[in-house]
Amino acid sequence: MTTAAHRPDDTILYLDAISVSFDGFKALDGLSFYVRRGELRAIIGPNGAGKTTMMDVVTGKTHPDIGQVIFADRVDLTRLDEARIANLGIGRKFQKPTVFETQTVFDNLELALAGDRGLWAALFFRLDPAQRQRIDQVLETVRLTDHRHRLAGHLSHGQKQWLEIGMLLMQNPQLLLVDEPVAGMTDEETQRTAQMLKEIARSRSVVVVEHDMAFVKSLDCRVTVLHEGAVLAEGSLATIQANERVIEVYLGR
Amino acid sequence: MTTRHHLPGFLTGDRGGLVLLTLVLGAALLVPAGNLLLAESHPLHVPTYLVGLLGKYLAFALLALAVDLIWGFAGILSLGHGAFFALGGYAMGMYLMRQIGARGVYGHPVLPDFMVFLDWQQLPWYWYGFDLFPVALLMVFLVPGALALVFGWFAFRSRVSGVYLSIITQAMTYALLLAFFRNDMGFGGNNGLTDFKDLLGFDLQADATRAALFSATALALAGGYLLCRFITASKLGRVLRAIRDAESRTRFLGYRVEHYKLFVFVVSAMLAGLAGALYVPQVGIINPGEFSPANSIEIIIWVAVGGRGTLFGAVLGALLVNYGKTWFTGALPEAWLYLLGGLFIGVTLFLPRGVVGLLVGRRRDLEGSP
Ligand SMILES: Nc1ncnc2c1ncn2[C@@H]1O[C@H](COP(=O)(O)OP(=O)(O)OP(=O)(O)O)[C@@H](O)[C@H]1O
Ligand SMILES: [Mg+2]
Repeated sequence: MTTAAHRPDDTILYLDAISVSFDGFKALDGLSFYVRRGELRAIIGPNGAGKTTMMDVVTGKTHPDIGQVIFADRVDLTRLDEARIANLGIGRKFQKPTVFETQTVFDNLELALAGDRGLWAALFFRLDPAQRQRIDQVLETVRLTDHRHRLAGHLSHGQKQWLEIGMLLMQNPQLLLVDEPVAGMTDEETQRTAQMLKEIARSRSVVVVEHDMAFVKSLDCRVTVLHEGAVLAEGSLATIQANERVIEVYLGR
Repeated sequence: MTTRHHLPGFLTGDRGGLVLLTLVLGAALLVPAGNLLLAESHPLHVPTYLVGLLGKYLAFALLALAVDLIWGFAGILSLGHGAFFALGGYAMGMYLMRQIGARGVYGHPVLPDFMVFLDWQQLPWYWYGFDLFPVALLMVFLVPGALALVFGWFAFRSRVSGVYLSIITQAMTYALLLAFFRNDMGFGGNNGLTDFKDLLGFDLQADATRAALFSATALALAGGYLLCRFITASKLGRVLRAIRDAESRTRFLGYRVEHYKLFVFVVSAMLAGLAGALYVPQVGIINPGEFSPANSIEIIIWVAVGGRGTLFGAVLGALLVNYGKTWFTGALPEAWLYLLGGLFIGVTLFLPRGVVGLLVGRRRDLEGSP
């Protein structure tokens, strides 16, 4: 149905004919697309198009009925669990910001810090100067340096979103999935977030799901439109906005 | 703050814990001294019955600590922790039974009285080795630990959590209650194990033995506190709180949530087992009633009253509620259960952080919700 099968060699993520159904309802219906290494990709689509479900499949929360998800040209993710996939180098930001509310901003970042996730490593863990520096760096990037000792639960909505992005950076993933990062943000925060994601995408691949068109525009990247669990169109924002079918199902509602 | 540099890192800033350790270790010395060294007429003399009562409270406090470790920090609401306590108690009880030797009513050199009464000819295989204290002590940890490992493995791997986990822990303790009631299980049926004579050769009725048991319980409580504090103050403790507050987020960070839960669940079950083992020689009996689901629920109330997720709050809660229980069951026995229920509802509604929350106010360094 799509041309995703002719994928280039530098593919980091390749979804191949993924279908997921919930009680007979097909949330994803033969979804295929690929993301290149170092690419920043925006995914748009009306409510219920299957964007979050797509992320659930990639991160191991949902196992598809059929289809494969190939990561870094090697591993099929569809049989692995969340922790395994995270440790392969895939980070995820949820649609609803989820940070550890009863812990400080600093501790949230420390928890996300890349490294051994085993029990003993955690029991005898000590932060070394390089790691401390890395946390400081990320605090700077997500503009939370002054809030490092506050409880995450006391942050504003926008700051929580940033903290979660910061946690993803701490994980140092090769691929980052970001679900609606600017929902509920002010215009200024939205612009700042676009900036942040573009910076982040310089050294890794990032897939962003978003409704906010102004935000997608400022990301200035390739856009994939999902509709009813499959790819409806793909290309630059300008081509997408000119696409008849997209206008019909989505933009011209 | 600056004067505390000589403390190990995991105790830095833990004021409540330091107060607790000081009191408990002080009691480990002073209570036996007040009992053994001061004349009965002395105003500070500690009567023997009180030594036993306080020892029982401290064993309960250790049990509360074990529950707080999993409930307060990892969000695992076990309503079956009484089972681990009882299993530790039975392991100790089996040792004490074998210590009786030929001094039982029937005078059988090996078989405990209840087995002679049931006309059994030989000791069941699972009673072997319990005549040796080191073996029994090992079992005090091993049996509850193994049950917790198997139970937790299945529960956490299939991601049973919340209310469902609470329900199956209740079912677990209830199943054990029924099993231990049966005579053919070989644990003395509904009478349980009792009529103990001595422990390591020391007469259990002697004041010195009772005082030593009290001190041992106090030391175990202090040790249990240090262990729990070490765990919860480490990064592992922060991972546990992350699991408690946002389990699936923690998974997406790459942590194997089930391993973490299993680890604290087993540690907690072993501490509960130790508490049971210290409890039994001080009260002189262990019977299936210790497995009753209501007992396990009571532990939760102790922790909630003291203040969940603070460790020392759990100890405080266990002491307060059990003191209240002793007092009330003397004065108004019928009212106690209603009072306990009322207390739980009251604390849940008005004191979500328990008595500790009242004492410490809204201080930030407590781990409760903001
Ligand atoms: N666990 C589930 N059980 C049943 N149906 C589900 C489940 N998860 C998602 N769905 C359904 O699948 C469809 C796709 O949902 P999904 O959350 O992926 O959409 P989305 O594109 O992220 O939408 P939105 O823009 O609103 O976030 C929806 O119709 C939703 O109701
Ligand atoms: Mg969504």
